Amino acid sequence: MNQGINQRTLCGWGQYPKTETELLNVHSQRRIAEMLAAPGEKSLIARGMGRSYGDSALAEQTLSTLHLNHLIEFNTDTGDIRCAAGVTLSELLEIFVPRGWFLPVTPGTKFVTVGGAIASDVHGKNHHLHGCFSDHVSALKLALANGDIITCSRSENASLFYATCGGMGLTGIILNATFRLIPIESALIAESSYKTANLAETLERFEEFEQATYSVAWIDCLSSGQKLGRSLLMLGEHVPQGDLQAHRSGKLKVPFNMPSQLLNRYSVQAFNTLYYHKQTRSHAQREVHYDPYFYPLDGLHDWNRLYGKNGFTQYQFVIPKAAGLEGMQTILQRIVASKRGSFLAVLKAFGKANDNLLSFPVEGYTLALDFKIDATLFAFLDELDRIVLDFGGRLYLTKDARMSETTFKQSYPNWEAFAEIRAQTGADRCFHSLQSLRLGL
Amino acid sequence: MKNILVIGATSAIAEQTIRLYAQQGARLYLVARDVEKLETIAADARVRGAADVKIQTLDVNDFATHETVIEQAFATLGQIDVVLMAHGTLPDQAACEQSVELTLKELNTNALSTISLLTLCANRLQTQGSGTLAVISSVAGDRGRQSNYVYGAAKGMVSIFLQGLRNRLFAHGVNVLDIKPGFVDTPMTAAFKKGPLWAKPQQIAQSIVTAVEKGKHTLYTPFFWRWIMLIIRNIPETIFKRLKL
Ligand SMILES: Cc1cc2nc3c(=O)[nH]c(=O)nc-3n(C[C@H](O)[C@H](O)[C@H](O)COP(=O)(O)OP(=O)(O)OC[C@H]3O[C@@H](n4cnc5c(N)ncnc54)[C@H](O)[C@@H]3O)c2cc1C
Ligand SMILES: NC(=O)c1ccc[n+]([C@@H]2O[C@H](COP(=O)([O-])OP(=O)(O)OC[C@H]3O[C@@H](n4cnc5c(N)ncnc54)[C@H](OP(=O)(O)O)[C@@H]3O)[C@@H](O)[C@H]2O)c1
Repeated sequence: MNQGINQRTLCGWGQYPKTETELLNVHSQRRIAEMLAAPGEKSLIARGMGRSYGDSALAEQTLSTLHLNHLIEFNTDTGDIRCAAGVTLSELLEIFVPRGWFLPVTPGTKFVTVGGAIASDVHGKNHHLHGCFSDHVSALKLALANGDIITCSRSENASLFYATCGGMGLTGIILNATFRLIPIESALIAESSYKTANLAETLERFEEFEQATYSVAWIDCLSSGQKLGRSLLMLGEHVPQGDLQAHRSGKLKVPFNMPSQLLNRYSVQAFNTLYYHKQTRSHAQREVHYDPYFYPLDGLHDWNRLYGKNGFTQYQFVIPKAAGLEGMQTILQRIVASKRGSFLAVLKAFGKANDNLLSFPVEGYTLALDFKIDATLFAFLDELDRIVLDFGGRLYLTKDARMSETTFKQSYPNWEAFAEIRAQTGADRCFHSLQSLRLGL
Repeated sequence: MKNILVIGATSAIAEQTIRLYAQQGARLYLVARDVEKLETIAADARVRGAADVKIQTLDVNDFATHETVIEQAFATLGQIDVVLMAHGTLPDQAACEQSVELTLKELNTNALSTISLLTLCANRLQTQGSGTLAVISSVAGDRGRQSNYVYGAAKGMVSIFLQGLRNRLFAHGVNVLDIKPGFVDTPMTAAFKKGPLWAKPQQIAQSIVTAVEKGKHTLYTPFFWRWIMLIIRNIPETIFKRLKL
């Protein structure tokens, strides 16, 4: 039977860059192993839901994992789920929320695959307490460059485990994984939000509420001076008792690329101001379903088209705790001064880093902003890169589409150990993304 | 709790249908030729909530084993609420034109095997006095076209057989559902360029479960194929024979 090779133009969530690729639709792990065993000339990378923003899941050949979508085993006592790498978090929620289980860690969209969550080692609003997604993974199956399929865990093929979690698909194809769900009694989240007057207060509040399960702040990143960094800090706890209803699939869709003028400085400013003033009191509380709480943008499908056909990029950096207030202030000031809009500016406090070679989080603060791409944006971001590096920070690979090799190598000191593991397993002769080529990996 | 027998259980459409029934807590008896795929699908169904899943291998062209397989399925499940038949292949039309052997083989896979299995199931459901026979034919069976008439003829044969069977079993409380999908994005059609008329197997599966529940007799799925095929069936043959379809 035909393998399903399609020539396609693909891009990441930011719609930049776009590239011609052969999209491989492979329907079983056996076929993947066979394919890898017959070496090809072209660069190859795994691709899940394509929710990474830049060029992490793009190569000459892109292998879709979406057909690896089976659940394998569930332990109703411990909450351990083993499933294929192409299963989406959305589907897991649909199946397990009604039975009283939730994801241990979830990013801001549920439309990502388990493989993608591990490869980017994603974090959620609970990083300060519960770490990254991979911290809840006990084992995974990996198809290596030569087609061998091996199990990796902290005790078996450990170095490959630490390289693969956060390894951006560059060690092999993750076929399945075992991780532990957490028990819940309700699908609702008790949310309390606080308005803060400036950045210093925002960071203080993160400290004050470090025991809150979930915390995140939306920064109004366009206000300056005294109000620089004023935010809405949102905390969340699972409601101890109630309904266990999963989300429903949303219907709203942005049908085509919007003219990008729609998103200009004024509309963005209006949005930021509205968001901040949406809440009039300085402290508010409500119970919300996990879907709008964790995934506010998932209700509007393909919202990335709002940025127009040139696309956008998300700039997410982290700076260590020691550099916190000063670093964040310096960078924010720079952004405000540039008068470039960001639809979203999300601030989060990270807990301790894990042992994975390329995982992004380090203890400190992370800020994520969206920028519409135009002719002068990248020069500006290069400038920001220098400030971030000066403060000992780095950028999140799964959001990146443009950082330089030097920036990467300076800020990810384990890159050499990572490259070595790639060489040992032959991954460097097979697995490349546009990103890994750009970063010299 | 529903008891469900699926033949061709590894088909993408069948698999999605199995997931929906598993989520309802059904007992499943899954039949297909590839044991590795069957085991994967069975494990998945168990995690999704199926009360019980049994698997059985069968190459549908091995007619001699049909009787035992069906016998076993009924013996295991006892009463059966739904029999879903989903196996099939998409013949290489050009190759069939050059080979009688291949043409007959495709007719076996896509029509005669189904008719054999239907005959065996129908009698048991008649005795039982309840249940649904749900069979995936195709919109291709509605009219012969030069690009794919071997497949079309096989599916058309199944559809006419189902009509007769429906007529016969109605009085015995057994429903016969003819499922006619349009273009579906599955391994069978991996080589085709996909356009706006293409549906996902998930959508087809949902429509199958609903049609079974509602006791429908014919399901064009997605729904708009009913209207497309209405037009196609009504083009006069004098014109149709000149078209490149
Ligand atoms: C609206 C939105 C909100 C987000 N919020 C957050 C957030 O809060 N926190 C956060 O951490 N991230 C966040 N992200 C980023 C997202 O979680 C990651 O990019 C995630 O990796 C996407 O998963 P995916 O399945 O789409 O993977 P893809 O984008 O398809 O791939 C991402 C990377 O994973 C690799 N990969 C995918 N599957 C496999 C596999 N089976 N084996 C090996 N490698 C594989 C790819 O090669 C690529 O390098 C957000 C993204 C969006 C669009
Ligand atoms: N896809 C479409 O556009 C479309 C449109 C209309 C109708 N249909 C019909 O829908 C049904 C399901 O097809 P699908 O689209 O889901 O494609 P599919 O995934 O390729 O399923 C076809 C199934 O038939 C099985 N099969 C083929 N020959 C067999 C044999 N000799 N013995 C046992 N099993 C055999 C295959 O088994 P293996 O897994 O072992 O190969 C496979 O599971 C078919 O009847 C097809 O004709 C499909």
